[in-house]
Amino acid sequence: MSAYNFAYLDEQTKRMIRRAILKGLAIPGYQVPFASREMPMPYGWGTGGVQVSAATLTPEDTLKVIDQGADDTTNAVSLRKFFERTAGVPTTEETTKATVIQTRHRIPEVELGEDQILVYQVPIPEPLRFLEPRETETRKMHSLEEYGLMHVKLYEDISQHGAIATSYAYPVKVAGRYVMDPSPIPKFDNPKMEMAAIQLFGAGREQRIYAVPPYTQVVSLDFDDYPFEPTKADHPCDLCGAEDSYLDEVIMDDAGTRMFVCSDADYCRSRRDTGHTVTAIGGTV
Amino acid sequence: MTPLLQVRDISRRYGARIGCSDVSFDLFPGEVMGIVGESGSGKSTLLNCLAGHLAPDTGQVIFDTRADGPVDTVIMSEPARRMLGRTDWAFVHQHARDGLRMGVSAGGNIGERLMAVGARHYGDIRAQASDWLGRVEIAEDRIDDRPTAYSGGMQQRLQIARNLVTDPRLVFMDEPTGGLDVSVQARLLDLLRGLVRQMGLSALIVTHDLAVVRLLADRLMVMKDGHVVEAGLTDQVLDDPQHAYTQLLVSSVLQV
Repeated sequence: MSAYNFAYLDEQTKRMIRRAILKGLAIPGYQVPFASREMPMPYGWGTGGVQVSAATLTPEDTLKVIDQGADDTTNAVSLRKFFERTAGVPTTEETTKATVIQTRHRIPEVELGEDQILVYQVPIPEPLRFLEPRETETRKMHSLEEYGLMHVKLYEDISQHGAIATSYAYPVKVAGRYVMDPSPIPKFDNPKMEMAAIQLFGAGREQRIYAVPPYTQVVSLDFDDYPFEPTKADHPCDLCGAEDSYLDEVIMDDAGTRMFVCSDADYCRSRRDTGHTVTAIGGTV
Repeated sequence: MTPLLQVRDISRRYGARIGCSDVSFDLFPGEVMGIVGESGSGKSTLLNCLAGHLAPDTGQVIFDTRADGPVDTVIMSEPARRMLGRTDWAFVHQHARDGLRMGVSAGGNIGERLMAVGARHYGDIRAQASDWLGRVEIAEDRIDDRPTAYSGGMQQRLQIARNLVTDPRLVFMDEPTGGLDVSVQARLLDLLRGLVRQMGLSALIVTHDLAVVRLLADRLMVMKDGHVVEAGLTDQVLDDPQHAYTQLLVSSVLQV
């Protein structure tokens, strides 16, 4: 513990990242460049989120790390251990007890409060990237608010699939100005982004930080005749019976048996602890 | 009548070399102006300066906007100029792949300008896209194909449709028939002539093909080494060339 500065990064780096975070909060949805550091984990493991968390954490904080909704997968376990060792902060798996939540690809089902901070890991922060390869051009498009191209992508979806087939990393417009990539969360989570908690987004490899302040308007892009629809598997959770949560499909055997379970592991467990159960636990064919 | 476009003393240098120098002319609504000259004579530089792709060193490009009347587009703010580029102006590139999004279907290509100016109704966008495909003689069942699946002539026609969908008033064309074989060229010219007359478009056509200007242009400017050496009505310039270079140009065309 004493071998590291609190939360691994040195104080100057944390100041630099905090400045980027503050700028991001002041201009919701704007991608602030920052001098991303080498972290002791590979790119793609959440180096951006880790740096934002490190700059955000205080010794009084309680940390929760989510990986695709779960607390017990490699990514979540490793990052939780990382901060246990380098910051010595208490960690939890319970969403309501955490003050800083670093997440990969999900927003918790439980509504977050004003005293919480949600940190997203972002692989590619630029929503226009696959439509316009030139960074100089995408920056200009952001600064001049030229977002017609984003709708071209949605148009292509409808013309090919009959509906907007983009199901994750669904582009949103923040506070009526910047179009933002909400990181690869399912579009089911998009409506939750108008929340009381602070949302911070860190992309380590791409060296960008952006943010959504509390109670900020976040609108998912759509067409008048093809409105945005948050989607999930049409099924209740096979463990806790929840019908309002985002589900993972789990293959049970090689005969096509599968079950649907809450992707948010903490939500599912807390429901089961309070008596919500499905009588016949098992697969559905 | 107010000219649609007034060009005053446009110059652009590349270091010590001249791109184009002191070009001035007026273009009136519904008029098609041809700019001819050999390679390196400054035609494309001039066109790019006028269309806002290149900043001219000196001069004014005054465009008669719908809202505010004549405005100098050179000193106009960039958002306003880019807006003009999506609405009242159109630019047809020589190579269709410069002007098209090759990874996006034909319908998406045509719809892009509509969506860029705020169209948010899929059905309407698609209806307009298929209407424009029909107008440029592309079968409507090709609407979901990507331009990579199109022939060169079709790509060029698609590029034209994509540009004209927002009813522009001024079209810049840079060698629109370059690289196409003669029969495809003839159809494309026919189509362009029809569209220009129907929609009352003004156009600036840069080409080195005298047949193109003979067919399309009302007036003609001949450029050499960055300067305009002769200008006038198309038939007049081509049938009775005055400047030595124009005479050379006209006599160089092979009579079949």
